[in-house]
Amino acid sequence: MTRASTAARREEPATESPRSGAGSLAAISLDAVTKVYGHAGNAVPALDRVSLEVEPGEFVCLLGASGCGKSTLLNLVAGLDRPTTGTVEVRGGRPTLMFQEAALFPWLTVRGNVDLALKLRKISRPHRRETVQALLEMVHLTGFEKKMPHELSGGMRQRVQLARALGQQAEILLMDEPFGSLDAMTRDVLHDELERLWRETGLTVLFVTHNVREAVRLGDRVVLLSSRPGRVVAEFPVEIDRPRRIESHSVADLAAQITGRLRDEVRRHGAV
Amino acid sequence: MALFESRGGSSAQLLDAELSGLDQLEMALPPRPSRLARVWAATWPKLTAVALALIIWQLVVWSGWKPEYALPGPRKVWDAFFENFDNNMSAAGTTLWRGVRGFLFALVIGTTIGALVARVRVLRAAFGSMITGLQTMPSVAWFPLAILLFRLDEGAIFFVVVLGAAPSIANGLISGIDHIPPILLRSGRVLGARGLTAFRLIILPAALPSFVAGLKQGWAFAWRSLLAGELIVTIAGKYSLGQQLDANRQLADSAGVIAVMIVILVIGIMIDSLLFGTAERTIRRRYGLVDTAT
Ligand SMILES: Nc1ncnc2c1ncn2[C@@H]1O[C@H](COP(=O)(O)OP(=O)(O)OP(=O)(O)O)[C@@H](O)[C@H]1O
Ligand SMILES: [Mg+2]
Repeated sequence: MTRASTAARREEPATESPRSGAGSLAAISLDAVTKVYGHAGNAVPALDRVSLEVEPGEFVCLLGASGCGKSTLLNLVAGLDRPTTGTVEVRGGRPTLMFQEAALFPWLTVRGNVDLALKLRKISRPHRRETVQALLEMVHLTGFEKKMPHELSGGMRQRVQLARALGQQAEILLMDEPFGSLDAMTRDVLHDELERLWRETGLTVLFVTHNVREAVRLGDRVVLLSSRPGRVVAEFPVEIDRPRRIESHSVADLAAQITGRLRDEVRRHGAV
Repeated sequence: MALFESRGGSSAQLLDAELSGLDQLEMALPPRPSRLARVWAATWPKLTAVALALIIWQLVVWSGWKPEYALPGPRKVWDAFFENFDNNMSAAGTTLWRGVRGFLFALVIGTTIGALVARVRVLRAAFGSMITGLQTMPSVAWFPLAILLFRLDEGAIFFVVVLGAAPSIANGLISGIDHIPPILLRSGRVLGARGLTAFRLIILPAALPSFVAGLKQGWAFAWRSLLAGELIVTIAGKYSLGQQLDANRQLADSAGVIAVMIVILVIGIMIDSLLFGTAERTIRRRYGLVDTAT
């Protein structure tokens, strides 16, 4: 909490590398961000004065009841939408967003979808082929290159989306419930892969999930949002040594504590 | 690309095997019927329908509802077609070429206008409803003006064919673009597609199913306008299907008229169902727009 709020605010060109030494410079900073959808009569407040800073190379997990504005927040950081008031600054490099809903292009094969991310970064064709193959291997989809998205299961589509997002090699990875429809075994493997990649590249990750254990398993910090409108109500630093295991006691203990807090929050707002 | 290299270790490989086993389970598909079986399943209903139509036609002729010189039977029409085979073929060639030429030109115009109207707000406000209006206008209504502008010549026919097809093509593209799920556009933006690149790589392919439907409708309109045009604008010394219809009527040759009509019908069906229909089906299947349960 203190670390985040005392982070220096300096204007830097967005192209500046986030890992060039300035440790106190936030990669993502939201300052009193409010987002209201619609107008006057049927205005829906989605976020209310949310302030949040994510440091370069930090892994932050965002928790909150359904409809509390988590996707809205990621959209704002990705630059797909503008806040109603407040400022969103992204200085830690290019962000990429892995959407909550199916966002693969239905006219492209699995390979084509991943390849497009590389093509739009103007990477040469022979080089792309290799990289796509490696990315698909990483999400355990080797052999499915020629399938169309509609021929895959929901969990497989999520994994293609993950491969596509990683293919962009962005410095900031925004993930909206990326592993929601995976079986436990595949999910555990992908947790390991994501953690490994994060450690090796110094990615900054903002990760939305409904699974408290998953948040504790992955995050340096877990941020809790209240419902309608969303507001940051609590932050939990996760001081468990890595590598962590999702079924370990320390993860379970902290998860139980956070779940309790989340439950209070949900109860207070009379939400589901 | 060291980051994405595979991890070694036999336990990892074992896990890989298990996971892909899981995935294979998810992908279980029933076998596809053989090619021959599929072709036969698609053709026999059509053949039956043709046979039925011929039988009914022959029965009406036999009933004596009209004298045989006015309504000849299939056999007579068959003979008439081969009697005049060379003329009919050259007429079909001319007409088909006119249709294709006009359609291709309409394709360029319709696509350009459609893309601009769909993407530029001011143009949308100005021309959006006008294009829909043009589409409802019977293209025959353009002929008097076309004849005044281009005389009784190729130009008049070309003009009307293009005007018949272009609005449908533009409309297909516009509605295709309008109905792209926003998530795909945002997905494209996140991947860094902007401007013309986004149009070529995201917007156009996303709008393709509706665009092809527009092309199909555009061809139908072009073909209709074309035959109307050939009946109205007869160019001396040039065989065309419309002109053949008119010439046979003047000779009171019913069999000849019907033979030409059948040629028109067959060409229409071939292009509509074989070319555009197949393209439409292929695209819909590829995009996963077909319910596999049926
Ligand atoms: N485009 C929109 N127009 C109007 N209201 C919207 C729009 N997008 C989201 N909302 C509203 O904003 C609120 C927050 O939505 P958001 O999608 O950010 O929730 P979420 O936290 O991601 O929920 P979930 O966990 O279910 O994905 C909701 O009440 C939703 O109805
Ligand atoms: Mg959401």
